[in-house]
This record gives sequence, C-alpha cells and structure tokens, in this order.
Amino acid sequence: MLRALQIEPEKCTGCLQCELACSYQAEGVFNPAKSRIKVFTFHDEGRFVPYTCTQCSEAWCMHACPVEAIVLNEETGSKDVLADVCVGCKVCTIACPFGTVNYNQDTKVVYKCDLCGGDPECAKACPTAAITYVDADHTGLGRMRAHAAASAGAN
Amino acid sequence: MAWANNVLRVNLTDGTTSNEPLNMEWARLYLGQRGLATKYLVEEIDARCDALSPDNKLIMTTGPLTGTMASTAGRYSVVTKSPLTGAVACSNSGGFIGAELKAAGYDMIIFEGKSPQPVYLYVENDKVDIVPADEIWGQSVWAADEWLHKKYQDPLLRIAAVGRAAEKGCLYAAIVNDLHRAAGRSGVGTVMASKNLKAVAVRGTKGVGNIKDPAGFMQAVNDGKQVLAENAVTGQGLPTYGTQVLMNVINEVGAMPTRNMREVQFEGASKISAEAMHEPRESDGKPNLVTNAGCFGCTIACGRISTIDRGHFSIENKPQYWGASGGLEYEAAWALGSDTGVDDMDALTYANFICNEDGIDPISFGATVAAAMELYQIGAITKEQTDGVELKFGSAEALTWATEVTCKGEGFGQELGMGSKRLCEKYGHPDLSMTVKGQEFPAYDPRGIQGMGLTYATSNRGACHLRSYTVSSEVMGVPVKTDPLETEGKPELVKAFQDATAIVDSSGLCVFTTFAWTLEDIAPQVAAACEGDWTPESMLEAGERIWNLEREFNLAAGLTAADDTLPKRLLTEPAQTGPAKGHVNRLHEMLPKYYEVRGWNKQGEPTDETRQRLSL
Repeated sequence: MLRALQIEPEKCTGCLQCELACSYQAEGVFNPAKSRIKVFTFHDEGRFVPYTCTQCSEAWCMHACPVEAIVLNEETGSKDVLADVCVGCKVCTIACPFGTVNYNQDTKVVYKCDLCGGDPECAKACPTAAITYVDADHTGLGRMRAHAAASAGAN
Repeated sequence: MAWANNVLRVNLTDGTTSNEPLNMEWARLYLGQRGLATKYLVEEIDARCDALSPDNKLIMTTGPLTGTMASTAGRYSVVTKSPLTGAVACSNSGGFIGAELKAAGYDMIIFEGKSPQPVYLYVENDKVDIVPADEIWGQSVWAADEWLHKKYQDPLLRIAAVGRAAEKGCLYAAIVNDLHRAAGRSGVGTVMASKNLKAVAVRGTKGVGNIKDPAGFMQAVNDGKQVLAENAVTGQGLPTYGTQVLMNVINEVGAMPTRNMREVQFEGASKISAEAMHEPRESDGKPNLVTNAGCFGCTIACGRISTIDRGHFSIENKPQYWGASGGLEYEAAWALGSDTGVDDMDALTYANFICNEDGIDPISFGATVAAAMELYQIGAITKEQTDGVELKFGSAEALTWATEVTCKGEGFGQELGMGSKRLCEKYGHPDLSMTVKGQEFPAYDPRGIQGMGLTYATSNRGACHLRSYTVSSEVMGVPVKTDPLETEGKPELVKAFQDATAIVDSSGLCVFTTFAWTLEDIAPQVAAACEGDWTPESMLEAGERIWNLEREFNLAAGLTAADDTLPKRLLTEPAQTGPAKGHVNRLHEMLPKYYEVRGWNKQGEPTDETRQRLSL
C-alpha cells in the first residue's frame, strides 16, 4: 500500500522537531536550514503550518529535469533526486509550483523530500501527530471520520 | 562533541571581533551555558565593577545540547553582572535564537566594552558585522525586529533586541528574542543597552553535528521524549494550560501573593487563570488563547499565543495589537494581575504584549507597580507623581498606563523603572519592597510554601523561583511530596533543587522538563552528545560547583550573608487566610542548616574544604 504524508496544521506547535529529524536523517546534522520539510509561522494569526513535497504523480520537477536526475521510486511513490546525476541547473526549482525542491549551495545539487525511503523521520518525530504517514488513497479519512462523528453526535 | 568549540568575542569599544576555541577544561567542569559562561565572567571581570559601565561584560551563551534534537534543546542564557541586584545575572530564554547561534557555529558571544554609537551585531555563520543602529535606536523590540527582517530580506533571521525601556535605563529591562521570548530577569537588557548594543541578528546554516555517539544520542532523545509525553504535567497540563495551570492551584494552597504580598489569596484568580483563557469571550465568541506554541525542539509546548478582545479599552484604535502574540504565563499573570489586584484578563494580556514589545521583565515590573500602589494607598505617592492617574490596587486603567510609561521610559515610568527597592527607598518605606538582593519576588508566597522562602533568600540572582523550584515537591509532589508548611528537610531540598537546576540550565535544556525528567533521564542525553564523564552524580556535582562559583562572584561583588534574607512582611506578618493562615516564613529555622549542608561557614562563605572538594 502506498502511503503519503498527511499534514494537519491545527495540531502543529511550531517546535521544529520535524525539521531537526529531516535534516539529521538527510544530512547527518541537526540543521533546520537544510530540512526538506519547513514549518511556517503566521505570527499574527497564531498558526504554524508544516509544508513539504506532496509527491505529485505527474511531477513538474521530474518532467522539467533535462538530465533525468529526478526519478520515481516505485515502492514509495516519491520522486527522488539522484545527486550524482543532478547538474544543479535548478530548472526543477522553477518548475515546482509549490517550492518544495530547492538548491543546496554546499552540495551544488538540488534536494527534496524522498519520504526517507518509506519511513519518514518527520512523522516519527512530530510530538502532536500533526504529521502522519497514512494510506495514500485515504488521506481524508481523519476528516471524514470527524464529520461522520459530528453528524452522528458521537466522538 | 556537541560544543561548537568556538567563542565569538566582540569588542564594542574598538568595533572588532575575534574567534577563539572554547576552554574545554572549563567545559568539563561547568558543561556549558549558565555554568560555563559564569566561569568566563568570573575570570574576566572585576566583580565590584559598575554593572552599567564598559567594564562589565555580557555573554550570550548556548549549552552543548542547544540546537540538537533533544526535547527543549533550544535554550540560551545571558550572563552578566546585574544592575538591579549587583549580583551575578543569568537569564534563560527559549524561542529560536539560541539554536540559531549554535547552528551558526558558536557556543557563546562575549560582548566587551561599549560602542561609541548605537550598533547591532549581524551574524551569518562566519560573517560577523557590527553595524550602526541609528534607524532602530529609540524603537521598540518589535519595530527593530521588523526593520531587520526587511533590511536583510530574510524571514529566517533570528533576532534578539532591547527596547526603549532598556535604552532609558529601566533596571529590569529584558532582552527579547523571537518577538515574545525573553532573557527576562535581573536587567540583562539594561546592560546590553548600556553598551549601545541594540540587537543581535543571527542566521546559522551550519547546523549542529559532532555528536559523540549519534545512535546512543537518538535513543536517549527518543526515550526522553516519551517520558515527557507520558507525564501528566509535561504531556497534558503544560501544553493545554501552560504555566497558568498553577493560578488556581497556588491560590488554593494559599500562596498567591496578592496586593504587594499583603494577602496570600486573590479573589480574582479564577478570572485570570488558564481556564479563563480557554473560555469564549462574550464579544466575539473567541477565547483569549489561540493556540499553544513550542520553542525550538520542544515537545512540551507550554507557550501561550493569545489575542486581546478588540473591544477592550486598552487596544481601542490600536490595530497593531489586534493580532495574536505571546500570551500570559503564570508569572506574568500573577505579577501584572494578582499582585496589583487587577482581574481584567484583557488588560493583563495587553500589558504582557507591551512588556514584550519594549522588553521589560513583567515580574519585576508588576511587583514594582504593586509596591507603588501600596505607596499610593498610604499617601507616600500622590497624583502629583502619577500625572493625575489614580494608582489604586485593582485598577486596570492604572496598570495599562503604568506599563505604557515604563516601557517608553516616560514620566513616572522612569521611577517605576528603578524597581521596587529603589522606589520604596525613595518614598521612605523600604519595608514595602518585596525583594531579595533588590530583585522582585515571583508568584509563590513563602508563608504558604516554606521552602520557597529559603529559595528566595539564597538565590544567587535575587528572588527567583527558577533557582530551586521546591513548589514541585511542596505542592505537586515531584519527585516526592513534602509539607509546604514544614521547614524540616527544606535546606537539603533547596540545595538539591539548586544544584540540579544549575546543571540543567547549563546543558541547553529547559528546566520545565524536570517535572518529568530527573538527571537519570538527562545524563544519558548529555553523555551521548558530549565528551566527559556525565552521570547523574557528576552532573549534580557540577551543579553544586556552579552554585558555589556564582556565590563566590556575589561575595566578591560585596554581598554578604546579611543579604540572604526576606522582607520583614514575610517574616513577621502572618498569612490571614487559607491553609497557611497564621504562618510567617520561618527562614531562621532553615538558613543556618542550609549553610551547613552547603559546606559554608557562618558568614555564608564556602569553606576551603568545600572549595577543594568542588575544584573551585
């Protein structure tokens, strides 16, 4: 079963555990500046919103890449960057409508979420379950259940 | 090793900066942050110097775990000599700038001298600039924050700054970071402003690596996170209610200092409590509390994000305060509320907002207003001083006015900015100042919680709950329940809490973890990250070393055993209501024994044997 990251911003406290876990897994350093997932703070509204790659089926980044350095991981559905193929042209960073592919000036290639190969660290690190890794066909299940509960007067 | 092994030294007099390796010999004795920076301060300044002179130094310091994934590991401290107390100051803050400084590659920044003109420091990894601050000098913290973010076009820049109160010499000015977290106590912001240093802006993209045993560290971190999640206080109470969970509890215990500590219970407590923050307002159906928030890496997330009722008098026609910002913590709610007798939560939230906006410590400020209100009540202060304002206990209008003039350093705000000790001395009633070593009390009346009396009297930075939070034991039963009205065993309890807290504050972790964690949970995280032999025992001993080092600084600064005392009110005027009715604080039953268990002589000085045992 394919899984997907589900993000529920209303549960997020802005603690950055996801960014720490992500950067540590990917870079070996605790470094939010190099995290694939980013938490945005909307100060005046008191909202925290994690955001990362949604792994589009027809991924703009993958189609835009002139050297085929972004490939589909059949097992997880993620679009992965082959760092040794990437030439750092950054066309994918322009193509991505969501801004979730970015260039790393230290490695001189792009980086993006690869779902940690099917066991995403951000979801494991999140203390409030604002980030979960769930059935890709049913990311709406939690919200459906909430509405179902409301209509039935149940919890 | 988790230390960056890099100290940034900024000479503000010359406008020069330099780097040097961290003194690792000291790091093995004092770990980091509070302990290690105090060691630097002790070695580098004359303890008798004027705190607001160029001779004082100001150290912004992280701990070895700061910036790592350990829960709450985003703390930093500011260590300097306090202008409020003349003692050592060490103020700890969360938010994000501590971790950012570490990610930029620094353990600490040591500021020396005084800049000839207002400046700020910009740090982007190895790039360090001292930049003229003409555009933001004279502005609030919030205005400076916005200006710096715009100038650098970098939303991820982390900023700590002082506001107008610090510039005008308010003696309890804070250094505010990330808009509403603060190194709040003892006037560390006043010292920063005295050096003509307006702000520190940091961007770090190196991150924190060099963990000694990465696998062991992640295991210890995950174990620790689980303990916090499963504990009732850190897993439920603090995220849901914040520190404000204490308001009703402490009021019922009869240890809620009220109206300048004349009373020990506040009839309006429930109206300014955590529960009230969750209640929908009549006007717009929304509660005061918008959400809880976590500091860097924190899995507890006790922070409050609040809004003020837009119809409230305090923010009428002031749209800049209509959005959400840092809400009431228990200490602020108490000092601004119970101690002044004000039970209007919107007024308290507004006062809290502008304490953050211009960087003043709401504890010292609220307690100073409370003292001023008592002086007004007895006629020692009149409308002549207050620009016609009726400075009465319970007046929300008086409170918000006092906050505005103090934050801006205008008129009577200049006098309130002196703190309650100097204010009460000036108006001829020194006994009405509820302070120890010149620093105002926090929110626990030591008549109702005896151990807190000893805590305040012996705290190295003046009255403070965060130096040994025996409330944990005496009220909450953590780690073991003790009777709050008993003095027996309290000297030992206070010492144990003081030592443990000193080392937690030196690690980069938040002291609130200790509602759930003991050193048994913390030591494995430190040991896996850092070189050295870090066990619960060795950490406790390092904590004791730090405590004695701070004590020695204070003795060298001219403080004596005579300063280890409490205001007369708490020693002679019994509590009138509640479980502590009829009780005063019996400090005299605890203090001699405390000196003894500390290994100090009758003058409160560490004996040669103690100094030797602790390698001082």
